[in-house]
Amino acid sequence: MTTSTTTTSRTGRGDPAYVARDVPPPVGRLPRNPGIPLDLGWVREVRVNRSAVERRAATIGTRRSVKQAWQAGWLLRAITLMDLTTLSGDDTAGRVRRLCAKARHPVRPDLLRALGMADVPLTVGAVCVYHTFVGTAVEALAGSGIPVAAVSTGFPAGLSPMRTRLMEIEDSVADGAEEIDIVITRAHVLTGNWQALYDEVQAFRAACGQAHLKAILATGELATLRDVSRASLVAMMAGADFVKTSTGKEPVNATLPVGITMARAIRAYHERTGHWVGFKPAGGIRKAKESLDWLAMMKEELGDRWTHPDLFRFGASGLLTDIERQLEHHVTGRYSAAHRHGMA
Amino acid sequence: MTTVREAFDTLAWGPAPESTAEARAWLEAHGNRFGQYVGGVWTAPADPFEVHDPATGKLLAHASQADAAAVDAAVAAARAALPGWQALGGHGRARWLYAIARGIQRRSRLFAVIESLDNGKPIRESRDIDIPLVARHFLHHAGWAQLLDREFPEHDPVGVVGQVIPWNFPLLMFAWKVAPALAAGNTVVIKPAEYTPLTALCFADLLHDLGLPPGVVNVITGDGRTGAALVGHDDVDKVAFTGSTDVGRAIRHATAGSGKKLTLELGGKSPFIVFDDADIDSVVEGVVDAIWFNQGQVCCAGSRILVAESVGDALIAKLRARMETLRVGSPLDKAVDIGAIVAPVQLERITALVEQGKSEGATCWQPSWAVPTEGLFYPPTLFTEVAPAATIAQEEIFGPVVVLMTFRTPEEAVELANNTRYGLAASVWSENVNLALDVAPKLKAGTVWVNCTNMFDAASGFGGYRESGYGREGGREGMYEYLKPRAASRELRAAGSSAPASSAGDPSLRSGLGVRSTGGMPVDRTPKLYIGGKQVRPDSGHSLPIWSAEGHPLGDVGRGNRKDIRNAVEAAHAASRGWSRATAHLRAQVLYYLGENLSIRREEFSARVREVAGTDGTAEVDAAIRRCFTYAAWADKYDGAVHHTPLRNVTLAMPEPLGVVGIIAPDESPLLGFLSLVLPAIAMGNAVVAVPSEQAPLLVTDLYQVMETSDIPGGVVNIVTGWRRELLPPLAGHDDVDAVWVHATREEAAEAERLSCGNLKRTWTEWTKRDWADAREGEGPEFLRHATQVKNIWVPYGA
Repeated sequence: MTTSTTTTSRTGRGDPAYVARDVPPPVGRLPRNPGIPLDLGWVREVRVNRSAVERRAATIGTRRSVKQAWQAGWLLRAITLMDLTTLSGDDTAGRVRRLCAKARHPVRPDLLRALGMADVPLTVGAVCVYHTFVGTAVEALAGSGIPVAAVSTGFPAGLSPMRTRLMEIEDSVADGAEEIDIVITRAHVLTGNWQALYDEVQAFRAACGQAHLKAILATGELATLRDVSRASLVAMMAGADFVKTSTGKEPVNATLPVGITMARAIRAYHERTGHWVGFKPAGGIRKAKESLDWLAMMKEELGDRWTHPDLFRFGASGLLTDIERQLEHHVTGRYSAAHRHGMA
Repeated sequence: MTTVREAFDTLAWGPAPESTAEARAWLEAHGNRFGQYVGGVWTAPADPFEVHDPATGKLLAHASQADAAAVDAAVAAARAALPGWQALGGHGRARWLYAIARGIQRRSRLFAVIESLDNGKPIRESRDIDIPLVARHFLHHAGWAQLLDREFPEHDPVGVVGQVIPWNFPLLMFAWKVAPALAAGNTVVIKPAEYTPLTALCFADLLHDLGLPPGVVNVITGDGRTGAALVGHDDVDKVAFTGSTDVGRAIRHATAGSGKKLTLELGGKSPFIVFDDADIDSVVEGVVDAIWFNQGQVCCAGSRILVAESVGDALIAKLRARMETLRVGSPLDKAVDIGAIVAPVQLERITALVEQGKSEGATCWQPSWAVPTEGLFYPPTLFTEVAPAATIAQEEIFGPVVVLMTFRTPEEAVELANNTRYGLAASVWSENVNLALDVAPKLKAGTVWVNCTNMFDAASGFGGYRESGYGREGGREGMYEYLKPRAASRELRAAGSSAPASSAGDPSLRSGLGVRSTGGMPVDRTPKLYIGGKQVRPDSGHSLPIWSAEGHPLGDVGRGNRKDIRNAVEAAHAASRGWSRATAHLRAQVLYYLGENLSIRREEFSARVREVAGTDGTAEVDAAIRRCFTYAAWADKYDGAVHHTPLRNVTLAMPEPLGVVGIIAPDESPLLGFLSLVLPAIAMGNAVVAVPSEQAPLLVTDLYQVMETSDIPGGVVNIVTGWRRELLPPLAGHDDVDAVWVHATREEAAEAERLSCGNLKRTWTEWTKRDWADAREGEGPEFLRHATQVKNIWVPYGA
């Protein structure tokens, strides 16, 4: 049997749509998103068909499967993308320090050795805390290279006065936060006040200074995927470095249909402006298998460049434990238990 | 060996193979050799042919070529099983169908793996789509068996059904054929395609283990010769075929005049229409599902992208980017999008058509990666700069190859979409519900998917318009294909009645007689043809003499010929557009008015009936008036349905007119028989070219004055009088006539069915006499079903 059909001329590489994608900046040297003037025409032309997006989401996990060594490699990558998070009313300095210790050593050293990863400095992507604990986390992570992310701007509802929200950002940055996860005013989206949303995110971005801004859209509180897409676009136009799904406090958190919608908004923004914006699904991602589905989605919708920590993060607290169990299973062939891995 | 570290660094895809151990164990349990499954037993393997895995080229098994004797035995087994199967009743059969559905579910992975091995489709598809739909089909039809008596009263099963299915969805097509046949109370002889017989054989194993009564389902294997023997077998009552249009045409030809009920599910070149307000990213995934599903080997594949010019470039760029991320490879790999092409000959055909596309000047684009060199693989391919007249825009490629053209307006999109001989399916993408629902009914296709594609479900009928075949599979509409109306025994129409018996001799000797009536010298009348709302002289310039029942000359009618038929069809088409879009309320009013005007001339028509037919004229005219009322009543009541497909979706089953219907009216009850066929056709929005009874055409030529008075728009009913032997061939053979109904002799029916092959027009032939005066036989939904075809429009929704 023969196939003589694979030599057809291919012109795909010359396509303008590829130029920007073909030479991505190396990891760690990504230029920030400077934003663009608010383009309401673009915002208005956004269309998202929910049923179609849901069908796509339903087959992300069934069209792709990673097994064995690939699965272990992917799960290790997922760890590097994790914003290890504690955002509870009962957080204490001790709790935050424990989390930071886990962030430095997310996987048991014997497992890393067995996986052939002993010489890889494997850490999570960031530690994410309330403003109050930024100083504690910065201290605990000193020398690790792990950034501290703070949820600011009246998290999670974001309805405190603008003045205090801006001050909160400034204080978090002053305390050493390198990443600020802001929440948008959902009302601006629900009322279609795109100018207000743009102004708000732009003001937050200015307050961030050198710190990177992740715009939490709280997609569980936006009614439609079209609004998710439009809000993503406006946040990017206003200069967000990341768009993020959820605070983790809404009734519905990160779902794949929402993720696909936001990833496509990022792609559209990149294709049209050349700027790079990251994506952070947060809330409800607890299983190792789910992290693989999200990675597959990013790889397929946005490409490999978007599977590194400067363009993709998971906001998660329980996910790491499940990944550790799966990694141990890969090493031993036996299913693992949570208590075999050090808790955060 | 890739290490964890490498996978961590590259995030590459790795192999994710599905185990074939159970499938191979099943093959080995059969010694890798199969006979036929007939009468509940496996015959000894004989005259073997090889079955290959297209992904590797390796031999999987040997199956046996069924010869004429084997086909005989299978049909005999099915015939023998028929009484017992029917005696089980609806509930008894429902239990069996339910058991089959559950049996499929219990062995779902075995079936899925065998299917992917044999056909080359990705395991994701066989596992997540084909096999679940198979189980769903049997479960759904268990329900139809259970409800049969209540939902299909006055209907009987057809009898022994011969079914021939293709290789692209081997077990799913098996289910689509077998489930409704069994539910309705038929027994089955089915032949899977010679490339892909294994899941059908595995299904036979399942039936055997379940203990289905012997002979109810018989599975025979072989190539086209076996299929031809089955289709041509005298003791087969119905033939159901899915496959190529050419073979479908051959089957129509071979079964012409046999009286076998026939459904054909044939090819397609389905349009995929993208408006400028569509969600283009979702459109891209839609294209993936449309043409890169099952390697594009899908009869309803969306193989012609028609995109609004303003978003064409954006769509092309996005499609190319998406094609880069598709994965072609081993069908048993769980992370593969596109598997293997089924057979070398198919791969050669795809390759040749792509080369032709390039040589005809279209721009070919394929992704940068290469497909595996071992096995039968072809990369996803997109053609742009394609002219509608290009070979690749017209021919069904049946591979992962899609062509893209642009349009300017919705009207042009519809025009381009319908610019094909086929009419299986269409897909419409727009976020504007007004636009989508305006376009969907205008598309000549049995299924229209709005913002989705390649959706299937047992509750929704599937089947074609035009040369994509006829009949529906699935849903209520599909059940009728395996049932026949319970009718009183009817008398055969005498052969040879088409000869101009009463007008023997040189017609010119008798021409020149005006229409006479008894008593005095009346004013001379010259009945003409009625075409496009005008009374026209026959092209031939000849007339035919008409005689009374007692043998008196009654007058002359025009002797129509092929040119009159041509003109009448053109007039019918011109009228059909407006009439099919007229409201049902308007059509109802017109038909009531026809009855009203006929009643005004009741005495005259009664006398005429007595004169030409020698029967009780008053009774026939009164029945005709009632019939006008019947179809006026039905005009706005023959509703469609909303099918319960298991998605967040409405599936609208809309009965649509066929277009132009040619009618050869019966000789008996010359007025009532004529109206009993014409009225349901026009009530449903068709235009008609009708040839009235040869022996009593004057009743009908009198009628056109009543039609004119009743506001039936010109061209909706066209009447051509003359000899059937001259008029039937051009009418039945006309490639722009959508259906032909022949109520005449068996020889004439056979001729019409043979001639229908050109454009595969729907045929409805009867050579038994109906009692037209009897409302149970002479009117009703049976007629309306013949006058319509069901279009299923899928509309998923979600804010």
